[in-house]
Amino acid sequence: MNHYEVTFIIDPVLSGDEIRTTASTYQSMLKDQGCDIVHVNEMGLRQLAYPVNRKSSGVYYCIEFTSPVGAVIGKTELALRRDERIMRFLTVKLDKYGVKYNEDRRSGKISAYKKKEPKKKPGDMPAAAPEVAEQPAPVIKQEAPAPPVAVINEEE
Amino acid sequence: MASRDDIKFLSNPTLGQQRKKYCRFKKYGIKYIDYKDSEFLLQFVNEQGKLLPRRITGNSLKYQKLVAVAVKRARHLAILPYVTDLLK
Repeated sequence: MNHYEVTFIIDPVLSGDEIRTTASTYQSMLKDQGCDIVHVNEMGLRQLAYPVNRKSSGVYYCIEFTSPVGAVIGKTELALRRDERIMRFLTVKLDKYGVKYNEDRRSGKISAYKKKEPKKKPGDMPAAAPEVAEQPAPVIKQEAPAPPVAVINEEE
Repeated sequence: MASRDDIKFLSNPTLGQQRKKYCRFKKYGIKYIDYKDSEFLLQFVNEQGKLLPRRITGNSLKYQKLVAVAVKRARHLAILPYVTDLLK
């Protein structure tokens, strides 16, 4: 039994129902060929890094499955290639680390590690916060020197 | 007056020293690099979306190869760009 993962981008011009049926056809196609669907990851509408077929966004789907025979891949890829609704696709064989990674991700174990990376970005945020705090301070200082001027004028 | 033995360095000797590079995959035990995780992969490309060399990232050869494969997969799926300016 090998683990595979097929990721594809569906045309965003289609309606929500059409997109869902497109994804489910490939799920049922894999099931008919004797594969076990492990997980279907709906990554949703995402902005593309560059235009594909003159479209700047696409709906990402990722199906993880196990298959006893590798011949399934060829058939599935042929169907994906012929389908006009699919903009891009990629099939990947997962090694044991990939399988574990996907499992951990689903159970939320990876999110603990993920927090480490954004920490660098929030590092910019606190740096920005003091700047905001500093700005009101000079305003107060400007108000403070103003009264003495008024006092001096009164003395004259 | 301080004796001659107290004055060892005129300036902080650790000032200009380079920090030792390390492979983050080995250090943190990351075994799999996800090609769908664009935030993570952005750490290994420059502003034009080109792969950074090992001498900058410090990756070991094994994981640099895996990073390269993951970035190339991400490019195919339009998760990362092939060429751009001002990526970061």
